[in-house]
Amino acid sequence: MTPILVADNVSKSFGEHKALSNVSIEIPKNCIYGLLGPNGAGKTTLIRIINQITFPDTGHVYFDGKPLSPKHVATIGYLPEERGLYKSMKVGEQALYLAQLKGLSKNDAKTRLKYWFERLEIGDWWNKKIQELSKGMAQKIQFIVTVLHQPKLLIFDEPFSGFDPINANKIKDEILELKKNGTSIIFSTHRMESVEELCEYIALIHKSEKILDGKLSAIKKVYKSNVFKVGLQLEGNINGLIQKLEDRYEMLDHDFDSEENQLNFTFKLPTASTADVLIDLGKEANVVHFEETIPSANDIFIQAVKSKEI
Amino acid sequence: MSKLRLIIRREYLAKVRNKSFVVMTFLSPVLMVAMIVLITYLTKVNDSEVQIVSVLNESRYFHKEFLPSESVSFIEFKNINIVEAKDSTISLAYNGLLHIPETMTVQEAAEEAFLYTRDSPSNTILNRLESIFKNRLRKSRLRDIGVSDEDFARVEERFELQTATFDGERNLKGVNELKAFIGGGFGYLIMMFIIIYGGFVMRSVIEEKTSRIIEVIISSVKPFQLMLGKIIGNSLAGVTQFAIWIFSASILLFVALLLFDIDIRALGGNPMMDTGNMGAISEFPQNGGQMQEYANELFKIPWLLLLFSFVVYFILGYLIYSSIYAAIGAAVDNETDTQQFIFPIILPLMLAIYVGFFSVFSNPHGPIAIGFSLFPLTSPIVMLMRLPGGIGEGGVPVWQLLLSIVLLILTFLAIVWLASKIYRVGILMYGKKPTYKELYKWLKY
Repeated sequence: MTPILVADNVSKSFGEHKALSNVSIEIPKNCIYGLLGPNGAGKTTLIRIINQITFPDTGHVYFDGKPLSPKHVATIGYLPEERGLYKSMKVGEQALYLAQLKGLSKNDAKTRLKYWFERLEIGDWWNKKIQELSKGMAQKIQFIVTVLHQPKLLIFDEPFSGFDPINANKIKDEILELKKNGTSIIFSTHRMESVEELCEYIALIHKSEKILDGKLSAIKKVYKSNVFKVGLQLEGNINGLIQKLEDRYEMLDHDFDSEENQLNFTFKLPTASTADVLIDLGKEANVVHFEETIPSANDIFIQAVKSKEI
Repeated sequence: MSKLRLIIRREYLAKVRNKSFVVMTFLSPVLMVAMIVLITYLTKVNDSEVQIVSVLNESRYFHKEFLPSESVSFIEFKNINIVEAKDSTISLAYNGLLHIPETMTVQEAAEEAFLYTRDSPSNTILNRLESIFKNRLRKSRLRDIGVSDEDFARVEERFELQTATFDGERNLKGVNELKAFIGGGFGYLIMMFIIIYGGFVMRSVIEEKTSRIIEVIISSVKPFQLMLGKIIGNSLAGVTQFAIWIFSASILLFVALLLFDIDIRALGGNPMMDTGNMGAISEFPQNGGQMQEYANELFKIPWLLLLFSFVVYFILGYLIYSSIYAAIGAAVDNETDTQQFIFPIILPLMLAIYVGFFSVFSNPHGPIAIGFSLFPLTSPIVMLMRLPGGIGEGGVPVWQLLLSIVLLILTFLAIVWLASKIYRVGILMYGKKPTYKELYKWLKY
């Protein structure tokens, strides 16, 4: 299957400042693709290039196999980080206007708006002005306007900012629902827990360069370091056990719970094979739990950025 | 193309529905007419008040000279001394007391005459008194050298030079001014329109930046389309407003004139839409025959050419300036930051108006008038001031008109190109006020 979007060696500078240097990414169809990176890394520039707001100095972008062109505007939906609506314009009129700019007919836009207004419980705000709305409500309308023209590719830049937890959850469900219906989604954020939850693929951009990309599960495999968390239920005495373990393994930390007579510790193994280790530990005490610690997206993010800076 | 139409429609409606716009549209003509009526009324009241000056004349001279005029009349005191005269002037609340002491000659009498007033005397009284003295002194001096009063009256004859063109056509005095005035009216209209509605464009751009909707919109349309739509939409709103103003102000003025029985000719240099006719008429002598000739001259003005060039210069001039306004709006974050950039654009406009009124009025085809009517940033205003004289022989040479339009079109293309570059970059920049140097850098992004 052709990827929905390919960026091939894209570079962009603003005067002296290099915003993107030779970034290549490939976004498969029907997935949620996390675009991560510290502030000022170049994420927004990349997103703006995909939206044809700015244009790359060198390199090419392909949408569904074809060079990106103005007609693709109607098949992309974009929710920018810096977003807002005309304050003194009425909700319905404004939504219609923005939908029509995306190429929808007035009637289509109306029917779809009705559907979405009901779905997100917006109700009879049609004739209210944006300035009379709460921030969360305005964000909902902004979300609706983004997805209304049923784009093939949706780009969300920090979509959850401005929502309370309940509505953020609702929006998250809507994003998942859109994905289920075949939409490809680019998701740019700092909130790592939502990356963990939503993204199948990620790309990490740092100081204008892509330093990491691929399937999240595969990246995690690369980044895991054979660190295990163990709990041992002791029958006899603690004496000497810690010393014994430290002699045999690379211990990271340990903590003895005298009430429960349980020793919790983490250690790092030279390889990923655990069979011998378990037998060895079983000789000393009861293994209550034995679990590999997989790095979180946050850990990977920090680690990747740090390793780049050294 | 239909996107552009959508943008124009939205900009137009957003402007026209705006409350302050509606209020301004309907209130301005009322205010303007009310002001005109008030001024005329006050002038009338002011003029109809007669000031009274008492005269204590102890000399042998000037006894028959103090004749009442429209605004000043005199009351002569007799057989009282100066102190009593002062007291009675105050108690009778007259405007002043003129004292002429007893002297040997008329010269001395004039020199020693004194006007006493409560505070500084009004100009009307002073002028009247001074002219009385001046006349009397002149007469007596003439009599000394043997000129009789009758001869003096004959010398006083007014004189005006008759003028004609080489074709033998009679020229009217002030026709050049009259024509420049009409052109100036159009030029002024363009300037007002640019300043008011250019400002609208700018504010509308700033609003899109501050409400952060801009990025949502330009992910659907090109920044240039948005800028163009804004400029056109706002100018259509402006045309609507102007049309309403002219229409309702004319009706209101007409009604007001009927109601208050005000003479049209008493209205001096008048609101902009009527500068052409009214202002000019009131400036010139009003006897019937000459009026007819002025009317003939007015017919001779090439109205079609004038209207056509007005439309051309108006559209090009407005597009140039409003795209600069749009670029300024894009470059800044809020309206207070715009001042430093606005001044340089207002400058050529003001220059055009002043140069127009000072230089084109006196010589429509002098080097300064020609220069400014070719220079693209001033030509929409200055050329319109020259055009009522016609084109070709005796008027603006055809090459100048064409050159000025070509220059204007070239400038228009260049400025719109530059402005749209600044606009494109500026709308996505938040948080700081750019310097001119940065604006220059943006052109290369």
